[in-house]
Amino acid sequence: MEHSRLQISASTMVNAAGTGKIATLQALQSTKSGLRQCDYPGLDFDTWLGRVDDLESRPVEKILSEYDCRNNRLAKLALDTDDFRQVVEEAKNKYGSERIGVFLGTSTSGIAETEHAYCQRELNGPLPDSYDLIHTHNVASVVSYTRATLGVTGPGICLSTACSSSAKVFAVAQRHIDAGVCDAAIVGGVDSLCLTTLYGFNSLQLVSENPCCPWDAARDGINIGEAAGFALLEPLQDQVAIVLQGYGESSDAYHMSTPHPEGAGARLAMEKALECAGIGKQEVGYINLHGTATPSNDAAEDKAVTALFGKDIPCSSTKGWTGHTLGAAGITEAMIAMLVIEHGFLPSTLNLHEQDKSLELNVLRKNQQATVNYAMSNSFGFGGTNCSLILARS
Amino acid sequence: MTVDIQQNFVYVSGLGMVAPGFSDEQQITSILSGETKWQFSELQKLLPTCLPANERRRTTTTIKLAIQVAQLALQMETPLLSPATVFASSDGDFSIVDRICSELCEENKNVSPTQFHNSVHNAPAGYWAIAAKCQLPSTSISAGDATFAAGLLEAMTQVQLTQQPVLFVAYDVPAPFPLDEKRHFEFAFGVAMLLTANAQADSRAQISYIKIDDVAASCCEAKELAAMQNGNPIANSLPLLESIYRGYSKRIFFPYYDQRTLGVEVNHD
Repeated sequence: MEHSRLQISASTMVNAAGTGKIATLQALQSTKSGLRQCDYPGLDFDTWLGRVDDLESRPVEKILSEYDCRNNRLAKLALDTDDFRQVVEEAKNKYGSERIGVFLGTSTSGIAETEHAYCQRELNGPLPDSYDLIHTHNVASVVSYTRATLGVTGPGICLSTACSSSAKVFAVAQRHIDAGVCDAAIVGGVDSLCLTTLYGFNSLQLVSENPCCPWDAARDGINIGEAAGFALLEPLQDQVAIVLQGYGESSDAYHMSTPHPEGAGARLAMEKALECAGIGKQEVGYINLHGTATPSNDAAEDKAVTALFGKDIPCSSTKGWTGHTLGAAGITEAMIAMLVIEHGFLPSTLNLHEQDKSLELNVLRKNQQATVNYAMSNSFGFGGTNCSLILARS
Repeated sequence: MTVDIQQNFVYVSGLGMVAPGFSDEQQITSILSGETKWQFSELQKLLPTCLPANERRRTTTTIKLAIQVAQLALQMETPLLSPATVFASSDGDFSIVDRICSELCEENKNVSPTQFHNSVHNAPAGYWAIAAKCQLPSTSISAGDATFAAGLLEAMTQVQLTQQPVLFVAYDVPAPFPLDEKRHFEFAFGVAMLLTANAQADSRAQISYIKIDDVAASCCEAKELAAMQNGNPIANSLPLLESIYRGYSKRIFFPYYDQRTLGVEVNHD
């Protein structure tokens, strides 16, 4: 499919490893994980979390207080970082606020507010007056909040396809711009800690008691993290820029919570991304794996990547730094792929001590320096939803 | 490089709808074309036959509603041949939110694994892909009260750029108490449209995107239907459905963000 070339003119990220791109890069370079032993209120089993500090004391701005919840606080923190608001102001002047779209991903939005409200109510009683469902819990709350706080009024969509949500936003933005619906787009993803995902993944026996260790023989599940990231996409105009080279989307059509054992859907998404990007597989210099550290996810992705690229493609999972940030994993890892291109730095796979012998990929075990022109980022989710992105040097 | 879009319109080449008082194709046609007045009746029993019986039992009203309208729009029994899909719902599955949040208040917090994987916003899309054995892309979205318009626009841009058909499925189901007091829908409403790049024998209308504007949202001509429009975010589709069934060529403006509207033009050749 023919598409225009969009550059990523600005971006911002917040996760347990760091607030901002530089902090995140430094954490990656110094192999300093953001994971720590469980300290989330109300959680009574052992695990490690990728928790962002101080959200409890950082409400959203007073004028938008109806949106106040952990998820929108995390969105605000990212928007306040990496000079992102300033770049958006410039884009508003350039394109007009009504010509900028907002396409964001989340899996659980502000459901933590609903959890609190349920626990505050009397048996079979109503929910507290202070609880505002539509501005906090509604899936699209973060889109409404972001449009309001940035003052952009173009098209707005919240993507919610579990752990591929904020990868697919790039595809939606590309289509809306190419169809002429908007001229530029703010894409991103925000997902915050809540008991629903912690106990939900635990009920499926997918949560590890220890720091998650992708590709390791002893891997036994994920650590849940929280993160936010935003990027401004606009038509290519700068001499030097990172561009969205291509994207590929697919469905497993196999099982609701287990990936296809051969990674058939994952492979299809990667193949489509290569086709969309118009490049050969040998041109990809790095893959940021979805790499959640559950036995079945890593096994399926290992098969899919090996079958397509061979076992020596430079690749790693960065979940050991951030945890699995679910609906924000797509944007977080797309931005790590951008850092890889910009800095010629390839992160290792943290916590990998002894690789599972049944896995073939030679995932990176030490940080490396290398020039990368094309980097891929994989995001796969419940419901069998897959998305691969290819970022490139212009 | 810019993209040369050959056309900015798509064809509505299949329609499925489930709502109270719209129990079969004959009733839908006669009400939307203005021959008979809409009257309330209980929502029909949802029986999406493309889901295997054992899987149907594991699903909820929300999932069944989405799958049933999707199936109706393709007018096929199993096995289905599904195009790429866009699923749109403002609030997803309130019944599951209620159960999980209730469970999280209990001492042992026993969240059911099935409830949890059904809780993702793309659960209907996942079940549909499995039933239809469809590996094509699927997107699940929300835009609050603007959900129908936002989903339609996303589906239209996909058709225009890929020149491939897209199945657009929109649905929302009322919440149980106590969530219902905070987000109230009068009734369940589901609609699905097969959108194609080219006219087909059974194409019903051609639609094109105009823009986001300050004009007022469109109203159905039938008073009973106009009264329904605000009862569910997906009932915002009613003026479009009415114009399709009545064969009117007109501009339809759907509620969008910030009290603005998103306009499309409906044409009948």
